[in-house]
Amino acid sequence: MKTEIQLTKDMFEKADLSNRDADKIRRPSIKYWPDVWRRLKQNKLAMIGLIIIIAMLIMSIIGTNINGFEYYEQDYSKINVHPNSEHWFGTDELGRDLFSRTWLGARYSLIIGVLAAAIDFIIGVLYGGIAGMATRKVDAIMMRIAEVIYSVPYLLVVILLSVVFSSAGAGTSMFVMILAMSLTGWVPMAILVRGQVLQLKEAEYSLAAESLGATKGWILKKHIIPNTLGPILVNITLTIPRAIFSEATLGFLGLGLQPPKSSLGTLANEGLAGMTVGNSYQIVIPALFISLIMFAFNVLGDGLRDALDPRLRK
Amino acid sequence: MKRYLLKRLAMSIVTLWAVITITFILMHSVPGNPFAAESKMPKVVYENLQKKYGLDKPLTEQYFIYLGNLLKGDLGDSMKSRVETVNDMIERGFPVSARLGVQALLIAICFGPALGAFAALYQNKLPDYISMIIAIIGISVPSFIMGTVLIQFVARNVDWLPIGGWGEFKHTILPSFAMALMPMATMARLMRSSMLEVLGQDYIKTAKSKGITRAAVILKHAVRNAILPVISVLGTTISNLLVGSFVIEKIFGIPGLGMFFVKSINNRDYTLIMGTTIFYAAILITMLLLVDIAYMFIDPRIKLTKEGR
Repeated sequence: MKTEIQLTKDMFEKADLSNRDADKIRRPSIKYWPDVWRRLKQNKLAMIGLIIIIAMLIMSIIGTNINGFEYYEQDYSKINVHPNSEHWFGTDELGRDLFSRTWLGARYSLIIGVLAAAIDFIIGVLYGGIAGMATRKVDAIMMRIAEVIYSVPYLLVVILLSVVFSSAGAGTSMFVMILAMSLTGWVPMAILVRGQVLQLKEAEYSLAAESLGATKGWILKKHIIPNTLGPILVNITLTIPRAIFSEATLGFLGLGLQPPKSSLGTLANEGLAGMTVGNSYQIVIPALFISLIMFAFNVLGDGLRDALDPRLRK
Repeated sequence: MKRYLLKRLAMSIVTLWAVITITFILMHSVPGNPFAAESKMPKVVYENLQKKYGLDKPLTEQYFIYLGNLLKGDLGDSMKSRVETVNDMIERGFPVSARLGVQALLIAICFGPALGAFAALYQNKLPDYISMIIAIIGISVPSFIMGTVLIQFVARNVDWLPIGGWGEFKHTILPSFAMALMPMATMARLMRSSMLEVLGQDYIKTAKSKGITRAAVILKHAVRNAILPVISVLGTTISNLLVGSFVIEKIFGIPGLGMFFVKSINNRDYTLIMGTTIFYAAILITMLLLVDIAYMFIDPRIKLTKEGR
């Protein structure tokens, strides 16, 4: 049986063109990092953290010169002055202005935190990257070494090194402190990077690059490292408060920077003596700022982790 | 599994040996000599002191003598105290520190995971916010600050508990709490995120649809699985607690090992520094080993992954 196709005139009318661009992408496509930033901005706690960090950075640069007292200036007529309009955070037992000293302390704490994190980052990425790209045997050996170093208690090493590299009672120089912290501090970063590298070098795009003749170094540089940047960034943000915490602990134990320099930890240590004679502001202020810095970096790190997590992306 | 255990044990021994060697090298590379503070001493006395501590022998020989003594459990004589050996001091200080550490750990284990689980069950509701505020305070406030705050408000202002000292149970309450806060907060945060992940799994849905009570679903299915990551950080937690005791013992004036350690650093008592460092390291490495072994028994999956790599 044959069906005859009926051709009518209305079949040859012009099509409705209003839907033609239905597939067109209307909004500009958002690249990865702007997208992360967009999601980070929605996280109020993380933004508070970021604002605190920026404010602390600015104040640690200019804060020592604001009220006209130098951090090392001693004024014996004004010892242990409680906070007032002249000395905003009061003075210590030698009559030094605590406002300037606090910001100097914040400066050293931040420098130590950031530099220690930077060194951890460099060593960790190199070591982890090499281990991840190397043969299984080399990888195994490198990871065993890292594990041995990692099970040496962190703060113990820091304390030991500060004992060795500083003569009795002289305190620890900033350089030694950073060195001591990075000695074991890079391991978590290396383990993280290695894990990522192992995972990413099996990815299709790495295989594609390899089959096009790319060298290992090229694949590492062009494909793997950019893709591990997210977790690395989170790790850095969480390493900084750890270094600041260690430094504060050292300072509090009397192993920190030597006066008249100050860090928030050494200020808290000096303040502990002040507290017993009723000058609790001397410890409250540095304690507050240590906690604020730790808080800010921790919530920012958390926020970053959430913002980078693809499972949370809508 | 046996192979993994042996490998893990061998690793721990190598680690301990590395710590001993590094500590030894570091302590013997300190510029100047250990008796510099008593520089006015007659030459004979100085030479006798050198002989007593074996410092007149070549370094490699000293090293092997030290290792040999360590194998016998002898950590040597203190350079500053004439009456107590390093072993005596550790014997005196460690029980105090251990008690404090165990109490703090118990507090952290009791409240940390519970807080985290609670937060996850009521995600984005009031209990969640409250526990996460506690957790954020916990990780932001270092224990030495928490300690001083507690002294100021609980001991000084209202006089409920003693400011410091040691001897009775009431002396241990404030320091244990100050020490427990940070590990507790870390555990709570970990528990919350792992609990959230577990609660989204299919087996929870299955368990619910089987008609088991909510409590049974939470306790038997959710918590059991969610607690694994928390257990895996126990080793590091114990390590942090031990080191945290340095500051806490200083603030509260507790005669523990941490206090000896800090004192030995300020006194430049090299044998004591070396002894306590090695002792600490040995404890930590043992703890890490124990936690790893425990983890293997609790999580059957680990056998596969650890063998596989």
